[in-house]
Amino acid sequence: MPEGKKKSKIVPKKYPMPEQDPKERIKNFDEVPTGQDAETIIKEARRCLQCKESPKRKLCKDGCPVEIDIPAFIKKVQEGDFAEAMRIVREKQNLPAVCGRVCPYENQCEGNCIVGKKNEPVGIGRIERFLADWERNEQKHGKIVKPSSTGKSVAVVGAGPAGLTVAGDLTRLGHKVTVFEALQYSGGVLVYGIPEFRLPKAIVQAEVDFIRRSGVEIKNDHVIGKLMTVDDLLAEHDAVFVGTGAGLPNWTNLEGENLNGILSANEFLTRVNLMKAFNFPDYDTPIRVGKRVVTLGGGNVAMDCARTALRLGAEESVILYRRSEAELPARREEVHHAMEEGVRFELLAAPVRYIGDENGDVKQIEAVRMKLGEPDESGRRRPIKIEGSNFILDCQTVLIAIGQSPNPLVPMTTPDLKTTKWGTIAVDAEGRTSKKGVFAGGDISTGAATVILAMGDGKRAAKAMHKYLTEDPSWPDAEAFEKAAC
Amino acid sequence: MCVNMYDIVKAEKLTVDVTRLEIAAPQIASKAKAGQFVMLTVDEHGERIPLTMADFSPDKGTITIAVLEIGKTTKMLGALKPGDSLFSLVGPLGLPTELKNYGTVVCIGGGIGLALMYPVVRALKQAGNQMISIIGAKTKELLIYEDEIEKVSDEIHVCTDDGSKGHHGFVSDVLKKLIDDKRGIDIVYAVGPIIMMKVIANMTRPHEIHTVVSLNPIMVDGTGMCGSCRVIVDGQTKFGCVDGPEFDGHKVDFENLTARNRRYLTEEAVSLRKFTGAK
Ligand SMILES: Cc1cc2nc3c(=O)[nH]c(=O)nc-3n(C[C@H](O)[C@H](O)[C@H](O)COP(=O)(O)OP(=O)(O)OC[C@H]3O[C@@H](n4cnc5c(N)ncnc54)[C@H](O)[C@@H]3O)c2cc1C
Ligand SMILES: Cc1cc2nc3c(=O)[nH]c(=O)nc-3n(C[C@H](O)[C@H](O)[C@H](O)COP(=O)(O)OP(=O)(O)OC[C@H]3O[C@@H](n4cnc5c(N)ncnc54)[C@H](O)[C@@H]3O)c2cc1C
Ligand code: SF4
Ligand code: SF4
Ligand code: FES
Repeated sequence: MPEGKKKSKIVPKKYPMPEQDPKERIKNFDEVPTGQDAETIIKEARRCLQCKESPKRKLCKDGCPVEIDIPAFIKKVQEGDFAEAMRIVREKQNLPAVCGRVCPYENQCEGNCIVGKKNEPVGIGRIERFLADWERNEQKHGKIVKPSSTGKSVAVVGAGPAGLTVAGDLTRLGHKVTVFEALQYSGGVLVYGIPEFRLPKAIVQAEVDFIRRSGVEIKNDHVIGKLMTVDDLLAEHDAVFVGTGAGLPNWTNLEGENLNGILSANEFLTRVNLMKAFNFPDYDTPIRVGKRVVTLGGGNVAMDCARTALRLGAEESVILYRRSEAELPARREEVHHAMEEGVRFELLAAPVRYIGDENGDVKQIEAVRMKLGEPDESGRRRPIKIEGSNFILDCQTVLIAIGQSPNPLVPMTTPDLKTTKWGTIAVDAEGRTSKKGVFAGGDISTGAATVILAMGDGKRAAKAMHKYLTEDPSWPDAEAFEKAAC
Repeated sequence: MCVNMYDIVKAEKLTVDVTRLEIAAPQIASKAKAGQFVMLTVDEHGERIPLTMADFSPDKGTITIAVLEIGKTTKMLGALKPGDSLFSLVGPLGLPTELKNYGTVVCIGGGIGLALMYPVVRALKQAGNQMISIIGAKTKELLIYEDEIEKVSDEIHVCTDDGSKGHHGFVSDVLKKLIDDKRGIDIVYAVGPIIMMKVIANMTRPHEIHTVVSLNPIMVDGTGMCGSCRVIVDGQTKFGCVDGPEFDGHKVDFENLTARNRRYLTEEAVSLRKFTGAK
């Protein structure tokens, strides 16, 4: 906008994000939104009103769990100073290219955007994505300043968003950090769960490399609870952070669930993403989908499964969900993408049993129609079976995406670590656990949530750990966690 | 890509299609117990596969695996030379064998199962048991770990399918005889082909001799996060990698295990053809 020109009316909509055509993209694993150019991003940034903070109203910033100074970085983008904008983002954000893609910003930063009250909000997520991609492609990741050492050392268990955030933050504060990760690649759900077409693995790798270069040591292939225990780690480090995520698949426990062709979302996605089975036989790990694939569930994980199945060659990909479209827990954008690609939604239906053939392969699923009753504790209307409405759906593959539970290995092998009745590790507001020196955060303490909430947890824990390591080593009584624990 | 690299220290052929690899992995070696396994990936494009540790030496900082070449990944392992490295190696995984003084233990192994059986016999012997080992293979050339097992057993019976060594017939024949002779068996431990373990479990069931079998379901992560390895035991779903791999043989649904292990036969054949064809 040239100096002096009067502010014109707000552009009502976000500048469109170019995307691969749905017909084409279901034949490949390339990213769906292809990204915007600098000019468009500057125009998008200029939709921002640079609102002033006020106790009376919530702003974009208040919606960001890691408290990025959004108006400040957008201002720099308006001025075309991407390097400075990125520096501001990096102050708080360890995985910008990831969050710019998978953050549920519509409920967070963008959900609070003042422009969004009457028009579409400022595309904060896509501006963040642009900056991170620009930095990576232009090799402009600002100089890494090595802080002076505090002489303290910290072990982090799990290289997911929570663990990586803690590792990045504590390293910047001068602590020596070692991350222990069970898998051969780092990133947690970002590498084994979220598919390539939503989050390219090379991008995750680049973000992890950035964290490494800042001084974090990551030891892959280290299963804590097997190779070493938390107590072993505590003997060699001044504090431990547990960020082991919610990696345990939930099952339907219906008749026939162990038939061939019935997979947990975790198995399906791990084969495809972590082990790159979509490139079989160039990569060795096999995957098989039938003509019709039925995915059970309605969250992000279910959308990812259904869309992946299409790309693997399924003729029809069906989502079976027991409530109606309004209750689908997945992000709108994901539902929209899935529909565009031709995923069929069989709503208000729940599985009853699985039917197999003589070889032990699944051939059909029996389901029952549902209707919505009174709202339950979660505020969503409770689905109720319609008696006698059972129906049969032919299918050769069933993907179970009805949620994940906390990973039990660390709690099981750390006797004095208290857990809740949901199996999560009990923590206080600072991320402290019932065991002195041990902190926890992310999905292992909240239950399956989001990348940015896990990172927010990591931020808070890192702050508390820094305080614990440098000023105040006091610890709440174990009883304090008794309430949370079962 | 910065991942830990694991060097092959020693590689030797035990039979035409069984290779023994000694791998530098000091941390795993110091923690490993009988009955536990590792998950390894040969190269960046590789599959993660489970292999039981046939030996482990905290002093040398190595673990040993014996691999039967049946598909692409195991063939790649069979071709490794000292100085080569694995892309990734994770362990020790699975629950260790429960070591108690049971009294008289009969350990039965067949084929590649003999390598898996050796550390178990050794550990149970150390735990004070009277060890009777029954080992079998198709022919005498395919018998592995015979000397090692003999050293840690009080009694050993050798069987071959073709009669080229020892008893002409199956390991189960010998077990039957021991049962008929009322040798006072307190527990049976069996590891080998599914069919062998099933036959043995069926044989000991009427005599109520507790029987432990070591299962080999298809695994992906080996740490409990995917359920690829699920097996049915006593009507309940268990994860082979974290609840096992050893289970009560009288309660295992062997039919389901057999069916589940055939899940990727077509793809495995494609993979193998591509590999051998390319060479
Ligand atoms: C398919 C899928 C799609 C999703 N889509 C979105 C989305 O679009 N947007 C969004 O915001 N969120 C999404 N989520 C949720 C989000 O990914 C998670 O909430 C987030 O990754 C949690 O981070 P975390 O660090 O707590 O755990 P994780 O990401 O689960 O990482 C935990 C890490 O710890 C490791 N680990 C576990 N046990 C051990 C052990 N004993 N020793 C050593 N290491 C161990 C694991 O291997 C893993 O690397 C999705 C989740 C899934 C599964
Ligand atoms: C706990 C456990 C311990 C084992 N220990 C040994 C051992 O000490 N020595 C040994 O030679 N073998 C062992 N196995 C079997 C070994 O893992 C398989 O032979 C190997 O994975 C085959 O891979 P492939 O690519 O060579 O063959 P493929 O052609 O891919 O498969 C051949 C057959 O092996 C089985 N298999 C394939 N992929 C897997 C997988 N990811 N996990 C498990 N089984 C698979 C299937 O039944 C398949 O039909 C063990 C298996 C388990 C579960
Ligand atoms: S991290 Fe997420 S919530 Fe925060 S500004 Fe970025 S997109 Fe918005
Ligand atoms: S609320 Fe919206 S318009 Fe206001 S500063 Fe934030 S992004 Fe800009
Ligand atoms: S191999 Fe994935 S849970 Fe056992």
